[in-house]
Amino acid sequence: MNPTDTSRPDYFHKVVDCQWACPAHTDVPEYIRLIAQGRFTDAYLVNRKSNVFPGILGRVCDRPCEPACRRGRVEKKPVAICRLKRVAADHKDEFRDRLAPIPQIKNGKKIACIGAGCASLTVANDLMPLGYEVTIFEQFGEPGGLMRTNIPSFRLPQGVLDEEIGAIIDMGVELKLGHKIESMRALLADGGFDAVFVGSGAPKGKELKLPGRQEAAANIHIGIAWLESVAFDHVKSIGERVLIIGVGNTAMDCCRSSLRLGAKNVKVMARKPRQFFKASEWELEDAEEENVQIVINRSPKAFVVEGGKLKGMTFDVMEYDVDARGRITAERITGEEFLPADDVILAIGQENAFPWIERDLGIEFDKWDVPKVDPVTFESTRPGVFFGGDAAFGPKNIIWAVEHGHQAAISVHQYCQGLPVADRLAPGVNLQSRKMGMHEWSYSNDYSPVERRLMPHVSLKERFKKINIEVELGFTAEQAAEEVQRCLNCDVQTIFDAKLCIECDACIDICPVDCLTMTPNGEEAELRTRLKAPAQNVTQALYVSAPLKFTGRVMVKDEDVCVHCGLCAERCPTAAWDMQKSHVKWPHAADQPSATAAAGLKSA
Amino acid sequence: MTFIPKPKVAHPSLPKNALGLTRRDYEGALSTLCAGCGHDSITAAIIEACWGISARPENVVKLSGIGCSSKTTAYFVSGGHGFNSVHGRMPSIAMGANAANRDLYYVGVSGDGDSLSIGLGQFCHAIRRNLNMLYLIENNGVYGLTKGQFSASADIGTKAKKGEVNQQPPIDPVLLAMNLGAGFVARSFSGDKAQLVPLIQAGLKYPGFAVIDVLSPCVTFNDHEGSTKSYAYTREHFEPVVQADFVPFQREITADYGAGQAMPVVLHDGSRILLRKLAEDYDPTDAGRAYGYVQEHIAKGEVLTGLLHLRPTDQSEFHALNRTPEQPLNQLPYAKLSPGSKALEKVLARYR
Repeated sequence: MNPTDTSRPDYFHKVVDCQWACPAHTDVPEYIRLIAQGRFTDAYLVNRKSNVFPGILGRVCDRPCEPACRRGRVEKKPVAICRLKRVAADHKDEFRDRLAPIPQIKNGKKIACIGAGCASLTVANDLMPLGYEVTIFEQFGEPGGLMRTNIPSFRLPQGVLDEEIGAIIDMGVELKLGHKIESMRALLADGGFDAVFVGSGAPKGKELKLPGRQEAAANIHIGIAWLESVAFDHVKSIGERVLIIGVGNTAMDCCRSSLRLGAKNVKVMARKPRQFFKASEWELEDAEEENVQIVINRSPKAFVVEGGKLKGMTFDVMEYDVDARGRITAERITGEEFLPADDVILAIGQENAFPWIERDLGIEFDKWDVPKVDPVTFESTRPGVFFGGDAAFGPKNIIWAVEHGHQAAISVHQYCQGLPVADRLAPGVNLQSRKMGMHEWSYSNDYSPVERRLMPHVSLKERFKKINIEVELGFTAEQAAEEVQRCLNCDVQTIFDAKLCIECDACIDICPVDCLTMTPNGEEAELRTRLKAPAQNVTQALYVSAPLKFTGRVMVKDEDVCVHCGLCAERCPTAAWDMQKSHVKWPHAADQPSATAAAGLKSA
Repeated sequence: MTFIPKPKVAHPSLPKNALGLTRRDYEGALSTLCAGCGHDSITAAIIEACWGISARPENVVKLSGIGCSSKTTAYFVSGGHGFNSVHGRMPSIAMGANAANRDLYYVGVSGDGDSLSIGLGQFCHAIRRNLNMLYLIENNGVYGLTKGQFSASADIGTKAKKGEVNQQPPIDPVLLAMNLGAGFVARSFSGDKAQLVPLIQAGLKYPGFAVIDVLSPCVTFNDHEGSTKSYAYTREHFEPVVQADFVPFQREITADYGAGQAMPVVLHDGSRILLRKLAEDYDPTDAGRAYGYVQEHIAKGEVLTGLLHLRPTDQSEFHALNRTPEQPLNQLPYAKLSPGSKALEKVLARYR
């Protein structure tokens, strides 16, 4: 193998598994260390810089970081990253005075954002400090989009939403509530905007066309529309027996909301076995804790209606053959089952829909009637019109929409300055030694063997009394103090300098997880078999040094389960190993060189 | 040294030996030696070797004298028995312990000072008695614990850290051991575990006195230019001539040792030492020729390493010579060990 090229910012970024997995590249280890020091506001601001809504995401993020967390490979359970984010949000002090100032004199560019969801709000958050005038159009009477309408208040309290959305609106965003955009043509022609960002989400719930659907329409609800009605107090009750069709996260919100509106017997009906469920494992657990029954292998067949009223549903009982790789190879119907129900909620997916965008504006749509959007610049085929969030590529989740917003804001900024939208600042990495002196490192390098802390919940008796009682209580101070120590500080990188190594083996002997080897070089696949502990996780890189001066061997580090304890550096007599904190610079709109600077760079 | 203990976390797929133990189960206390000390690498090799032969930790006896090297017995197999004896007197303690219980693995860890100066007599007599133990000399050519004076193994012409040049000839423990008739004489290097680990395993299993002289650079007082025991100098001059691979009884030989070159030596428990000659003209089983060969190369400035001499069959081990019973003495019933005053009377009567 060639020596690892650590000048690529990706290399060290990828070692920080959580940050690499996060669509918005939140600097997780940094904010966890700040929480450990009790610097909650600082931790909150580190979060806010990348994910904009720490309080919201600390409760309802899909947490792609947690399955990626290295701790999960070392001892199964990842660090409770999401819950710690909430700790920072819950305990922060006033932070608004520490946000970038909003210029009094504007730059003269007006931006329209459609939909007041997380994507549009992020665009506003990034552009307001640059002097833009941003107008957000929202069809409902309150901002927040699906964060407000689709996530029940027992998971995400209104106060949290209001605070974090307010921080953006109060930058001087013009928020037009109850203002549904009916025509893109009109907006482009008469709005007077320099650029338009479409962040209108994926607001259309999928329909289930089965016999009886029309006759029983009064008791059959589309999941996201029903959650919206619940959020705005339009729906205050539901029947005693409720069937939820579908087993995604929306289904989990529907079943748990039903229990709070009077349902006694709630069943979630899944077509396939559990390993194929779309819902996050923790959302399934939370629903099951509330005695929701999840029924597998039932495929909806018909709505049963008697005298114009819904009586229940019939299902095909399914059976599947699954191969060794976990894929379904065959399916059969083995019977039929009737289940009585007073109400049925359909939660089988959602789509983006753009009836309000005329098709002759130069905004092209593909064969699924979805706009063609550039995956890097988020620009549509019409210059100056950008898409982001669920509106761009269909339903994902909040953290993705936020990153779309950041990227679209860069494009808007470039576009408004007359610069190519594809000219974007590349990410970078800074490295800084953490050595303090003899046997002292400026991070907590001890490995804490503590197990993952469990989130305390409001008792089952109490939580159903009102729909907006938040179930998760948040970590106690003791829990937070223990959980932060579980973080392995993966951003404090092991940096090796082959020139200094005297091949004494000290680092190899002390490494608690056997991730170091000095060995003759070879091809990667073969080299992986020759390491001190076999490097079977090929998704994790091998860090290969230049040839060592005495023997020509190479130092190989398997990044897989390194716990970043720093003992290799501690034991190294020549400081060939050092522990250096990597700081990933993931550029946002404010980091882009301005038009004048860019012109200067070109002429120079 | 480091003040930060090795955390109790291990690679999740760490292999287990026949006892179900991982390498981590053979570790000891936190080392207080300098970072980069060769002795720590030897400690790691001992850990690896004990794990590899599936030695029960409680069957390992660790013995040492005084010195940096002698501190290391605390750093491996914390489940074993340990004895830090008086300076240079470790062989006597080993002798007594071995006499009382022949069933255990005896690992003596000593240094060039402990073995070649104050303890030279003890070392020689342990060889003469052919005590069944593994005797490791962690050889760095200086007294590290007293700030780097030359030891008895310092080569002529080697420079001390402050510039002084050594003019006295060294005592070479390998030549000395061969001369005194040791049956297992090896030299190795702390920086070459591929060679050292199987040597330690073979030495632990060898039924008799097994000595390994391990070059172990002193990173603080003897790792500079002009030193003949630095990492750089050793790397440049060491020359493996015999590779000894240890094959436990339970394991089949899977590696290809190149038929015709590897000579298997079967030990009493069925395990084998496979000797591979790396130098064509070298015969490690012939003590006389081996002695000459090693001496010749020392004169040329080469450091030959490997299992330099092995006497394949050894009938002169201490317990064999003294015809002690198979059962360890400390497990014999008292009545059998001590026949009582009547029996003594009988014996004495013979001389009256």
